[in-house]
Amino acid sequence: MRVLAIVLAVLSGFVVLAGYFVPTFTEIQIVLLNWAIILAGAATIVGVFNLILVHADRIHKREKGGTYSGILLIALFAAFLLGLVLGPGHADMRRLVNAVVVPAETSLMALLAVSLIYGSVRLLARRPDLMSVVFLATAVLMLLASATLPFGQASALNDFIRPWIQHVLALGGARGLLIGVALGTLVTGLRVLVGADRPYEGA
Amino acid sequence: MDWLGLVLAGLSAVLLVVLPRIRRGSAAKLRTIPGLTRLYRAFGLSVEDGSRLLLALGGPSLLTRNGGSALAGLALLREVSQKASVSDRPPVAVAGDSALALLAQDTLHAGYREVGAAEYYQPVTGRLVGLTAFSSTAATMPILDDEQVSVAALIGHFGVEAGLLSEAAERSNVLLTGATGDPAGQAVLYATASEALIGEELFAAPAYFSGRPIPAAGLAVQDALRWLVIIGLLSAVVLRVLGIL
Repeated sequence: MRVLAIVLAVLSGFVVLAGYFVPTFTEIQIVLLNWAIILAGAATIVGVFNLILVHADRIHKREKGGTYSGILLIALFAAFLLGLVLGPGHADMRRLVNAVVVPAETSLMALLAVSLIYGSVRLLARRPDLMSVVFLATAVLMLLASATLPFGQASALNDFIRPWIQHVLALGGARGLLIGVALGTLVTGLRVLVGADRPYEGA
Repeated sequence: MDWLGLVLAGLSAVLLVVLPRIRRGSAAKLRTIPGLTRLYRAFGLSVEDGSRLLLALGGPSLLTRNGGSALAGLALLREVSQKASVSDRPPVAVAGDSALALLAQDTLHAGYREVGAAEYYQPVTGRLVGLTAFSSTAATMPILDDEQVSVAALIGHFGVEAGLLSEAAERSNVLLTGATGDPAGQAVLYATASEALIGEELFAAPAYFSGRPIPAAGLAVQDALRWLVIIGLLSAVVLRVLGIL
């Protein structure tokens, strides 16, 4: 059974990959990708059961944070029931999302701003090297160039230094990083395709 | 037909199969990556002192182009699960995508079975923690404190929200090593994490944790491809200067 799973996974992977390069395989590639999307949808349901299992286990074992797990499960079932009764597109359901999920995520974003300032301040203490100094100096320069200062904007910073850092140094660096990540993704994906890594053979 | 892409992918696949056979028996020489060295040491200590390793795989669906970094996280999880299978507190893997969480469970199970410790596998150690970037981050933060975690690794696709996890790790005195395919996430992790892996170092992690030749062969292929890209870029510059391109 396990061998069959490996053969099917490897074959499907190669057909999908071939679909990007050889037009003959494009049609079957689309079919396989559509199947994958349906499977990903089914996986979401299994994932929610996993979430329920993990939090029910925490409540059962009276672990630290069990109260929050209880609140999470109550909220999950309440949202599920409301979704079933009203439908996910109903105005009240949308209001619920806008009143709870959006503000909670926005608050986390605000918290992140504070965390980043704290992290930057601690950077030199944690990693006192030249790269940390360059990193912090660049961040301060970019902030000064973007901010409206009491005496107006620093024109040299805003007109020359910021665009140069942004469009030459940062863009070049980001492209280099992305090329490295793309090559890594290609090789890691191929390792799964040739069956060297098999993240699907557990059960 | 895209011949260049086909040749590159085909050549890489052939090298991945052939290189481990050529190099069988000889240990791969890997350059030192301080972040991975420290992570490996801290992981060994966590197994010895009975504390836990948390591996976060990030949130993108494997069907998107950002899914590749999560595959590197899964490969690392396989190595970690084998080495820590008999630890008092087994490693926990969290994901922000359902399919990824299922694969994390499968990977953990396979790792335990490979070392003959399948009975120690606990399904709740592979978890779905949320379905958006911030919700999965918020759900991962308390795990650091509640489940006696001493080492955490973020290996997958993380955006700027990774900064919240770094801060939570620092508060809980957890060594956090972060690696992501997102440049903004990398900048945040560089500033806030105990150790940050930059660029393609993300994909090197499984090779540093494994004695097997295949992950090392993957790195060799990656290096060969990088040289091809460098030669291609430099050639394009020269041709442009000469007015040919």
